[in-house]
Amino acid sequence: MTTALEVDREPPAARAPRPSARRRLRAMARYRWLFFLMLPGVLYFALFRFWPMWGARIAFKNYIPFLGVDGSEWVGLAHFREFLSNPDFLRLLTNTLIVAALTLFIAFPLTIVLALLLNELRLQVLKRTVQTLVYIPHFLSWTVVVSITALLFAIGNGPLWTFFGWLSGSDANMLADPDWFRPLILMQEVWKNTGWGTIIFLAALAGVDQEQYEAAVIDGAGRWHRVRHITIPSILPTIMVLLILQTGQILNTGFEQIYLMSNSLNRTVADVFDTYVYFAGIEQGAYSYATAVGLFKAIVGLVLIFGTNWLAKRFNQQGIF
Amino acid sequence: MASTNHKRFNTRAGRAFDVLNIVLLTVVGLLAVLPFVYVLAGSFATELEITTRPFFLWPNEFTTTSYESILSSDVIVRAFATTVAVTFVGTLVQLALTVLMAYPLSKTDLPGRRTVLGLVVFTMVFSAGMIPTFLVVKDLGLLDTYWALILPMAINPFSLIIIKNFFQQLPQELEESAKIDGANELQVLRHVVVPLSKPVLATFALFYAVGIWNDYLSPLLYLSDTGKWTLQMILRQVTAAASLSADELNSDVPPPAQGIKFAVVIIATIPVLLAYPFLQKHFAKGMLIGSVKG
Repeated sequence: MTTALEVDREPPAARAPRPSARRRLRAMARYRWLFFLMLPGVLYFALFRFWPMWGARIAFKNYIPFLGVDGSEWVGLAHFREFLSNPDFLRLLTNTLIVAALTLFIAFPLTIVLALLLNELRLQVLKRTVQTLVYIPHFLSWTVVVSITALLFAIGNGPLWTFFGWLSGSDANMLADPDWFRPLILMQEVWKNTGWGTIIFLAALAGVDQEQYEAAVIDGAGRWHRVRHITIPSILPTIMVLLILQTGQILNTGFEQIYLMSNSLNRTVADVFDTYVYFAGIEQGAYSYATAVGLFKAIVGLVLIFGTNWLAKRFNQQGIF
Repeated sequence: MASTNHKRFNTRAGRAFDVLNIVLLTVVGLLAVLPFVYVLAGSFATELEITTRPFFLWPNEFTTTSYESILSSDVIVRAFATTVAVTFVGTLVQLALTVLMAYPLSKTDLPGRRTVLGLVVFTMVFSAGMIPTFLVVKDLGLLDTYWALILPMAINPFSLIIIKNFFQQLPQELEESAKIDGANELQVLRHVVVPLSKPVLATFALFYAVGIWNDYLSPLLYLSDTGKWTLQMILRQVTAAASLSADELNSDVPPPAQGIKFAVVIIATIPVLLAYPFLQKHFAKGMLIGSVKG
């Protein structure tokens, strides 16, 4: 899936002499059907992906719906300054980075470990069964995952509430406890996406030349050596690409999970950029300010993704662009 | 994978690892589905059993009262019906738009192709964000319409590029001969390209369908009329009470009964689980085929 980003790699066609306007028009006519078919899609991207980018100029204005975007007054970077000097900013950044770090340093390695273990499983029936089972949670909605969490941690009768209560000897409401917020988010993330994440590694492993393993066995390499010197190096490029993609996504904590898991008691640790934009913009109607926050996040994300890609290329690894 | 080759080079440590691995992965596989099995069992259990037994995978006393009360609730039945309809129409619209755009882009000699592809990739790494998109939907008059759940996400750029790549590696000869027979591009797409791509398109149709069915953000943003709420919104409303502290529950409305929460989770999940076997049959293949470089 990641290689999908390599949209095109064929060399550009040799530059032809500039055709006359009429010739070009005739060439265009040859493609009229294709242009026609593409029209709805182009319209979609223009309307729902690029028009919002133009609309995002309200981040630099004091947008008042009644006056319209053009009628509203320009304020330059005032909203950005307000956000960056707001104490909320550091709190959001910390919360966002912690959630991202949990995903990157715990959930992501777990995915690799699970893929390696599955790859080492010789019992093909069990391998297929386990794969079938661990992919399922990926297809459940966050609403369902959060609802199941609520049932498992229900005070008084939830199985996990009982279990963790027994372990820690307390009968706290874990769903409302700020200390429990991050562990719960991580648990959900691991449960929902670890299995699904293995697909890409298993695909990479399926492409490894089996003769390498045979040669290694003849050279006396044990199981661990084969994993270390053949299996892991063969998924390293995949790991790099995913790391780059994930780093670019570091500020995208995913709105639905966090929003659904946050409540008035854990908001201090729950709030991240995405939910903040929602609360400020949609609930409080501070459109310009919320747009500025969203834009700040998007620009940092863009810098991060190009930055990590550049770094990866410098270290002679495969980039994604 | 590398299994058959080195069987005869088994060491004792290797065998111990194999046993451990089998046990470990069996546990992992079970953990993936146990929470769901618990909810399923709970949806058929009595109120008393739910509140007294901490964990069970099979109810002692089997009852369908939770489902009966759901079926007698207009709100949930209507939400289910509308979500089915929106998912069905939405999937058709989204798949059609994606295919119609992917096909021209699969023609390497199309003028302007690189520019369009570049812009598509740009939308994957940069988006204007929630508020400007919300304002566009509002300006288009789509608020409180079901189109707001379908159109803003109509084309997934990833899917578009994977389908484009797939079209690109289809044998050109078939298309050429259809054209010689006088077919135009739309006819080529309909009668040659689409039939050849059925498994891939079915996979992406299912992904789109699951995406719409599971979507919570769009109805949250765009539907303020509670009468139009989708199933995920209702599910949230029914189960949310438990995720708040007892103080916050101190309202005059009694919290919904436990059994109903279990049953609504099941109702909201069943369609996805029904689609899952079909999804699973194709997704790995579809992803792999599509990711062959264009």
